[in-house]
Amino acid sequence: MPESASPTTAQSFVAQFGALRDTLPGAGLPWLRELREDGIARFAKLGLPGPKVEAWKYTRLRPLERIGFVPAGAAAQVDLDKLPALLPHTGVGHRVVFVNGRLRQCLALLADQPEGVELGGLADALRHDPDPLAAELGRNGNGARARDGQPLFALNTAMMQDGLVLRVRRGISVALPIEVIYVGAPGPEPVAFHPRNLIVLEPGARATVVEHHIGLGAGAYFANGGTDIRIEEGAQLHHYKIQDEGPEAIHIATTHVELARDALYDGFILSKGARLSRQEVAVQLAGEGSECHLNGAYMLRGEQHCDITTTIDHLAPRTSSREVFKGVIDDQARAVFQGRITVHRDAQQSNGHQLSKALLLSDRAEIDAKPELEIFADDVKCSHGATVGDLDRDALFYLRARGIPEAAARDILIEAFLAETINNIAAEGLCPALMSSIGHWLGGTTGRTEP
Amino acid sequence: MDSLLEIKNLHARVDGKPILKGLDLVIPTGEVHAIMGPNGSGKSTLAYVLTGRDGYEVTEGEVLYKGRDLLTLTPEQRAGEGMFLAFQYPVEIPGVPNTTFLKEALNAQRKYRGEDPLDAMEFVKLMRRKTKELGISDDLIKRQVNVGFSGGEKKRNEVLQMAILEPTLAVLDETDSGLDIDALKIVAEGVNALRAPDRSALIITHYQRLLEYIVPDRVHVLAHGRIARSGGKELAIELERTGYAAFAEAAA
Ligand SMILES: Nc1ncnc2c1ncn2[C@@H]1O[C@H](COP(=O)(O)OP(=O)(O)O)[C@@H](O)[C@H]1O
Ligand SMILES: [Mg+2]
Repeated sequence: MPESASPTTAQSFVAQFGALRDTLPGAGLPWLRELREDGIARFAKLGLPGPKVEAWKYTRLRPLERIGFVPAGAAAQVDLDKLPALLPHTGVGHRVVFVNGRLRQCLALLADQPEGVELGGLADALRHDPDPLAAELGRNGNGARARDGQPLFALNTAMMQDGLVLRVRRGISVALPIEVIYVGAPGPEPVAFHPRNLIVLEPGARATVVEHHIGLGAGAYFANGGTDIRIEEGAQLHHYKIQDEGPEAIHIATTHVELARDALYDGFILSKGARLSRQEVAVQLAGEGSECHLNGAYMLRGEQHCDITTTIDHLAPRTSSREVFKGVIDDQARAVFQGRITVHRDAQQSNGHQLSKALLLSDRAEIDAKPELEIFADDVKCSHGATVGDLDRDALFYLRARGIPEAAARDILIEAFLAETINNIAAEGLCPALMSSIGHWLGGTTGRTEP
Repeated sequence: MDSLLEIKNLHARVDGKPILKGLDLVIPTGEVHAIMGPNGSGKSTLAYVLTGRDGYEVTEGEVLYKGRDLLTLTPEQRAGEGMFLAFQYPVEIPGVPNTTFLKEALNAQRKYRGEDPLDAMEFVKLMRRKTKELGISDDLIKRQVNVGFSGGEKKRNEVLQMAILEPTLAVLDETDSGLDIDALKIVAEGVNALRAPDRSALIITHYQRLLEYIVPDRVHVLAHGRIARSGGKELAIELERTGYAAFAEAAA
């Protein structure tokens, strides 16, 4: 394909859309066509995010622009049995695998939940039962902020082909975590894919979703994901994500979460892979008493760039949010943390707490932290803060004075620093996997068996 | 070799400020020595120079440990060689369980000495035995290293570490300060349990009280960055009575 030689521009994506528009899933659905056309028009107008967009002030897409990406075709050959599992292998559980954004396997061992759980791929859903998707897929990305700041979400809306669709019916609890593995399998040419996920929990439903993003091989690929999450009254979603993409990957993920009355969103992101990554999470605490935990950890080295951008809107009374992101940055890697909490006028008696903590392990490592708090209600409790530091020298000496070699002592301290964010995770069996993931990072390996 | 530690004409600076100014001290193998002295006289500085802390700069003199140059070794090598410091201000390490810390430390030292690491079971057994011997609660070892410990708990934790690591040279930096009599006895038991013909200890203290339980072979007074006076255990009793007025920093 000739495009691969030239660099990526907004125009190249628009051209790709032009070529694909009639073959994309659901092309015969007028509402979806309109949604896609609106998305591509918005993307064309905004272009690739650049320095002029406030929300992208600290993140440049140069690694994306340098290379020409072609749309991912039929999935590469991947031996699904050799994919790493994060959760202990018990033989039961729910496992969904996407390769280059397309559904490859859906092991829905929902023996315990024969009714009330719909789990599958977006392409299939658009083919067989598209109507319920119309209202969900168009919900987000239309707000003023999203319009200006989320051109890649608009691109995702235009180009989406497949992704996870999970709907849990009223009052149903899905006992076992749903493990979703997203595999990036770069071919001879750099590929781009735009998976779109949709999670809806009906009133009182409960589920745990564990996303594992991995890359096979060292080639470049562009994963531009979008996720819409709606949590209805009293429902609870635990959503844990491990971003461990390939070393040349570009991973962009835009997530919108909307919570109804007394709903809970418990989100966690561990970001360690990819050349360039951005996690953008927008949470709307729309129902009274709704609650959001948004935590995460990142580990960066080499020339990695990781951007965490979150906005939490408290829209209703008695809503609460708690956000802690911790990261370690080595070599010349760079992290960006932009966190905004907005407590709107009607959100009385709400509380919002946010904290960013970073450890710089080298002189050339960098973080830009921008915590923001906007409060328009008068009866609220809020706090935010950002710290940047070095390893605690006294602690380092204490460990060494007990005989622990310097490198091991540093690792102990880094691990302890990050572990704090992981200890809150409720999914059984996941904490050890995350801890060992940190251990592997400290050991300088990916900790993955190459297939 | 009869002296475990030989300090000759030691000069050291902290932040460019000379603190130790020609200190001489010999600790024969198997002996327990005490160092007393006014606040700010450089006792902790000596302890940190011996253990190799950053920022404590030796400008003159030498320190021989087991007959070899100590000062070229890293802190972890010194620990591996059997040097232990009970810190005056033990450090809190959030997120690291006390047991993990102790196991890492012990196995790192064993590895340094070419011994096999203890496995989890062996370590737990050792830990149980030591906590029992010292009357230290199990709860202490399950918590994160020194985090939220009271002053006394921190000191007890230092003694527990010493008991598990079984150092050849234990340096205790005011481990008795602020302790009640029961805790003081734990410290003394910890040190006395280690007393052996091939081990030595250096007890830095303000008070003669601890030395009633750990009877020292020699007592030294550190003042103006040097050993101003040395004597037998009766020197500690004398100092308790007269104070350090005679060694006041007037000359500094
Ligand atoms: N980290 C430091 N930076 C600057 N001065 C220090 C530091 N540590 C100790 N000092 C100074 O060195 C001198 C000796 O301190 P120290 O060895 O702690 O005495 P002691 O333990 O006998 O009370 C004091 O004057 C103290 O202020
Ligand atoms: Mg002192």
